[in-house]
Amino acid sequence: MNPFQYVRPTKPQAAIDAVAKDPNAKFIAGGTNLVDLMKRGVMTPQKLVDINRLPLAQIERQAGGLRIGALALNSAVADDPQVRARQPLLALALNAGASPQLRNMATVGGNMLQRTRCAYFYDTSMPCNKRAPGTGCGALEGVNRMHAIFGFSDKCIAVHPSDMSVALVALDATVQVSGPKGPRSIPFADFHRLPGDTPEKDTNLEPGELITAVDIPDGPFTKHVHYQKVRERASYAFALLSVAAALDIDGTNTIKAARLAMGGVAHKPWRLAAAEQALVGKPATEETFRQAAAVAMQGAKAFKYNAYKLKMGPNAIVQALKTAAAA
Amino acid sequence: MATNPEPDVPANHDENRRTFLKQSSLLTALALVPGQVVDAAAAKFDERIADAFEKVPLSLKVNGVKQKLSVEPRATLLDLLREQLHLTGTKKGCDYGQCGACTVHVNGQRVNSCLSFAVMHDGQEITTIEGLAKGDDLHPMQEAFVKHDGFQCGYCTPGQIMSAVACVREGHAGSEGEIREYMSGNICRCGAYANIVAAIQDVKQGGQKV
Repeated sequence: MNPFQYVRPTKPQAAIDAVAKDPNAKFIAGGTNLVDLMKRGVMTPQKLVDINRLPLAQIERQAGGLRIGALALNSAVADDPQVRARQPLLALALNAGASPQLRNMATVGGNMLQRTRCAYFYDTSMPCNKRAPGTGCGALEGVNRMHAIFGFSDKCIAVHPSDMSVALVALDATVQVSGPKGPRSIPFADFHRLPGDTPEKDTNLEPGELITAVDIPDGPFTKHVHYQKVRERASYAFALLSVAAALDIDGTNTIKAARLAMGGVAHKPWRLAAAEQALVGKPATEETFRQAAAVAMQGAKAFKYNAYKLKMGPNAIVQALKTAAAA
Repeated sequence: MATNPEPDVPANHDENRRTFLKQSSLLTALALVPGQVVDAAAAKFDERIADAFEKVPLSLKVNGVKQKLSVEPRATLLDLLREQLHLTGTKKGCDYGQCGACTVHVNGQRVNSCLSFAVMHDGQEITTIEGLAKGDDLHPMQEAFVKHDGFQCGYCTPGQIMSAVACVREGHAGSEGEIREYMSGNICRCGAYANIVAAIQDVKQGGQKV
């Protein structure tokens, strides 16, 4: 591993200054992805700014919702009584990710910022526009079994690996950041970006901007929720694809409100707004769910090895909605 | 897996990679340090390279013993425990957070020590497999692993036991299914899973203090 300078500020502004002034500096929190990438030579920061001593780990009730500090551990959020009561979908998605050990290390902010698990991104002997812009995309004509079916470009077909983020985009979360120009809020759906011509940029964060918290508004999705993750072993594997589903169903089995998002299908957590509209006002039946799944998959396009996702996608959506409705 | 079109990385690939990384680290070091240190580095590889870089002071409590240390920022908690404190019970399996062999407790919570820089744990309490037994009295989980044959080759066992203790303490050992889910971060290539689950259930049902 390349040597690096290590600093451990105790005030957010000092951390922001340290990264804003040095293009080769990176924040480190849990380190579960960054240390991995540094060992492999995929990322080579020359300075690490350890933010673990910043006071950003609280999970608080605030007007209209919950505020989860950027440094709250994935395990702490998944076990938090307020999260479990008010946003059970988030707890389900968190517990579907990684292992208990990793959830004890990984933070909310770091989870959002984890890099793709595309094998071509990880293998420094392969071309990858995300790791080394301009070198090409190894996955486009390569082994693209794990890759995108929505929103890709000819520069990058990688997917975002976070489970937590799929729930957060479905729940209309907002990301609070603080940077050299002060604080700002970013709607979760606008936080991650599509690859376009600049796949090296995963998010819309500006240099030096630090995630401080994620806000989740209160909603009616406290009962009929499910996170359906399809993977190649029962636990501790990245998703082939996943579905976050949340329903508000009235006494006549009519869907009053719905939230639906997919993971493992795009460069960002993929909100399915048109499919949500197709659910509202309809009876909570399998037929309704099938129709919504068909809407959700419009525009999907597969590559050589991931055509299975075109069939797995709608099946997983129906399964997620059925399980949510029965919860 | 045989039909999997994604080529598996052979085990020796990692070894080659590690050797390569060591050598390239050495070259980086050589470019940065004065002549006499280069000689020392060439004579005794990794340890001397670490000496050639700035070290950071670090205070830890490991298995109840206070340690005042000085580490290079690049040292992982795993490497610190094994190489500097000679606590070799904690194993290096994959070194990428995928196998769980390096599991230790930090401030009472189980973590992968391979994915964490030692300097980030300043002031924290670490418990390794060496810290579980009280003298000659094995920890109940260690006894249960022996009783139920919860291992074959034994390489994953320290990580399995540290994870198993945490699994019970967290309250995630309520059923076989829950144990399997909450032990999924610890891989056993010998496939001793059934006996590992039995050992954890035994401890949980026995109600002993873990």
